[in-house]
Amino acid sequence: MSDTSTGSTRLAVTSSPHIAAGVTCSNIMLWVVGSLAPAAVWAMISMGWPAVQLFALCIGSSLLTEFAWNAIAKKKQTLMDGSALVTGTLLAMCMPPMLPWWMAVFAGLIAIGLGKMIFGGLGWNLFNPALVGRAFVLLSWSGVLSKLPNKGWFATLDIPAKGGLDAISGATRLAVAAADRAASGGYGFSLAEQYQPLLWRNLEGSLGEVSAALLILGGLVLLAKGIIDWRIPAGYIGTVAALSWAFGSDPIFQVLAGGVLLGAFFMATDYVSSPMTRNGRLVFGIGCGLFNVVGRFFGPSPESTTFAILFMNGLAPLIDKMFTPRTFGWVKRDEE
Amino acid sequence: MSKAAFKGGVHPPERKEATSSSATQWAPVPGRLVIPMSQHLGAPCQPVVAVGDRVVRGQVVGTVDAMVSAPVHSPVSGEVTAVGPWLTAGGTRVTSVTIVPDAEQDLDSFVPVEGDDVRTLVRAAGIVGMGGATFPSAVKLTPPKGLDVSTVILNGCECEPFLTCDHRLMLEESERVVAGARIIAETVGAKRVVIGIEANKPDAIAAMQKAAGDGVEILSLVTRYPQGAEKQLIWALLRREVPHGKLPAAAGALVHNVATAVAIADAVELHKPLMERIVTVTGRVARPGNYRVLLGTLVSDLLEMAGGIVGEPGRVIAGGPMTGPALGDLDVPIAKGSSGIVVLSPDEAAPLVDDDQPCIRCGRCTEGCPMFLQPFQIGTQANRRDWTAAEPLHPVDCIECGVCSYVCPTKRPLLQLIRLAKAAVIAKGAKL
Ligand code: SF4
Ligand code: SF4
Repeated sequence: MSDTSTGSTRLAVTSSPHIAAGVTCSNIMLWVVGSLAPAAVWAMISMGWPAVQLFALCIGSSLLTEFAWNAIAKKKQTLMDGSALVTGTLLAMCMPPMLPWWMAVFAGLIAIGLGKMIFGGLGWNLFNPALVGRAFVLLSWSGVLSKLPNKGWFATLDIPAKGGLDAISGATRLAVAAADRAASGGYGFSLAEQYQPLLWRNLEGSLGEVSAALLILGGLVLLAKGIIDWRIPAGYIGTVAALSWAFGSDPIFQVLAGGVLLGAFFMATDYVSSPMTRNGRLVFGIGCGLFNVVGRFFGPSPESTTFAILFMNGLAPLIDKMFTPRTFGWVKRDEE
Repeated sequence: MSKAAFKGGVHPPERKEATSSSATQWAPVPGRLVIPMSQHLGAPCQPVVAVGDRVVRGQVVGTVDAMVSAPVHSPVSGEVTAVGPWLTAGGTRVTSVTIVPDAEQDLDSFVPVEGDDVRTLVRAAGIVGMGGATFPSAVKLTPPKGLDVSTVILNGCECEPFLTCDHRLMLEESERVVAGARIIAETVGAKRVVIGIEANKPDAIAAMQKAAGDGVEILSLVTRYPQGAEKQLIWALLRREVPHGKLPAAAGALVHNVATAVAIADAVELHKPLMERIVTVTGRVARPGNYRVLLGTLVSDLLEMAGGIVGEPGRVIAGGPMTGPALGDLDVPIAKGSSGIVVLSPDEAAPLVDDDQPCIRCGRCTEGCPMFLQPFQIGTQANRRDWTAAEPLHPVDCIECGVCSYVCPTKRPLLQLIRLAKAAVIAKGAKL
């Protein structure tokens, strides 16, 4: 039992509320990384050493950039908030495994430096840092990228014999699909046969395209934990499926292929660069889906996820403004 | 039974199990009582006794001739030993009367209050909102001219974690709650009486339904904080929004806490002044429970009665942990609005806030805000001391429920910042 006359001097006088929810910034970030982990680990196992290297480079470069920035600016170190780890992981997930090492390092530097720190650090950035990094790489070195063998080391082991995929060096299934559609209005391969590899072991494209199933699993974990709002992925994926169908394409294939799932569950849901209002999030998700599909079908490259989300990031503040609810009690005259 | 709810809010761990089944018991008469002259919103009372005076239970020790006020009474017979400033739970020093009780106390007798009508009796009995608002009840029973109060709502939500005093009251004194509700409804001419209780108290709902009788509806509400906040409760039960800057009467409603209703019934039917109340003493104490405590009992004495604090106290809170003030000194008196004393261990208490933390725009505060404010934005403007930018964000409408601070993952001190903004915007002349 404490003696109140001495005990009272030790009591903290703080302002209410005196209890706090257990969820913290760093554990949100760890959950995001944890939900990406199955897909990421499976990508490394499937693609081999280059994928491991890519993760190490992207994460290392992201962490180091943040550390150095804070050190130079004489600011409090912020690595423990976990956001640089998320950015690094996402960055690796949206890169092809054979990316030259220096590009990966640059991507991390740009993602954290230009994508986040220059705005004032976590919370102040307008765009998703990982996508800023990816966009920078895409725009700066598109020539180099298009010549990259887009398969990991082991890809040659089980390339489906169908559809002449091999014939097009450096093209992903999406590009093949687009090319085929343009040429003949049909696909060079049977779609249903494509679901299986896309779901479990697709070795063409970026690390985030290896297993759609594991990405969906991770997304469901984040939804179940209440870390992300269903409105963004639902709006996004729903729109991609509906529009693909409307444009005469196979909706399931369009959702599973490319960056849609990684984008919808992990990129577009980034708190900082997405709207906070509920309806705003739905609109944001729909917008991402819309631009993703439009870019895919009518843009210069079928890989349009990055720019679709970045574009919507730019609109997020406006969307929030449109959907900010009226303060409770501020009823209009006629309602009174 | 359909369950009503407001929009927004949170559901913190309830932590009520430690005391929800402990029947109310009298706390012993302490060695001294300290009666603050202001236990209510409004004009403080003036002491009407002096050092050395003998007082008896129920005798008025402080009163004032102002419309918005409530007299205070001695809960015991004894001797006045001091009149002077004393620290209260709110952190301010208030003129208080210290009384040393006689060895023998007859708690069944008291000086009855006098009056012929409900309002006079309620005023004379010193009744104030016992849920914590402490607004003088007699004033609330006099709605402004031209407003028609059609519904009386009794608030039995007890949405704050830890507290169970209203729960026990509804179980143990169901009939008195209903009697109070009827008196209030009759006084203001309301046709409808609704008693709202959160669904986490099924036994209280059942007991109240049994006691209710004709014309009194018992409605179950979703268990979510702050369900018991006045405007949120009115909306949940009646789907009516109290307009900005207006009284609940503008929405045709009048809300009283269930404990206030019992006090009103006691004042009107038994002519009994407000001298004691039920206080939930819980958390890190040896004998958590619901105690019927004489007003003026010091928190330190009450904690002693409950077996003392167990382990190192992190924070001692007067009231619930979401809204109550933290006590720096435990020698503060239990007052009319004290619903609980909650002792938190250092790990249970919210971490000390760090003003430096960024907002990660997760949206939790805006989703939770029961007033549909954008707490993060007000917080950002408050950090910049930009009150012109803060004003259109309506900090003045904040009900200080604490949901935003509670949910924030980076532990931004949102409510503190919003309080700053609120004060600054009001100082600039915003209409309340
Ligand atoms: S801004 Fe005020 S009303 Fe809204 S959640 Fe925070 S404390 Fe509650
Ligand atoms: S809860 Fe905290 S981090 Fe989330 S939006 Fe509100 S202020 Fe920002």
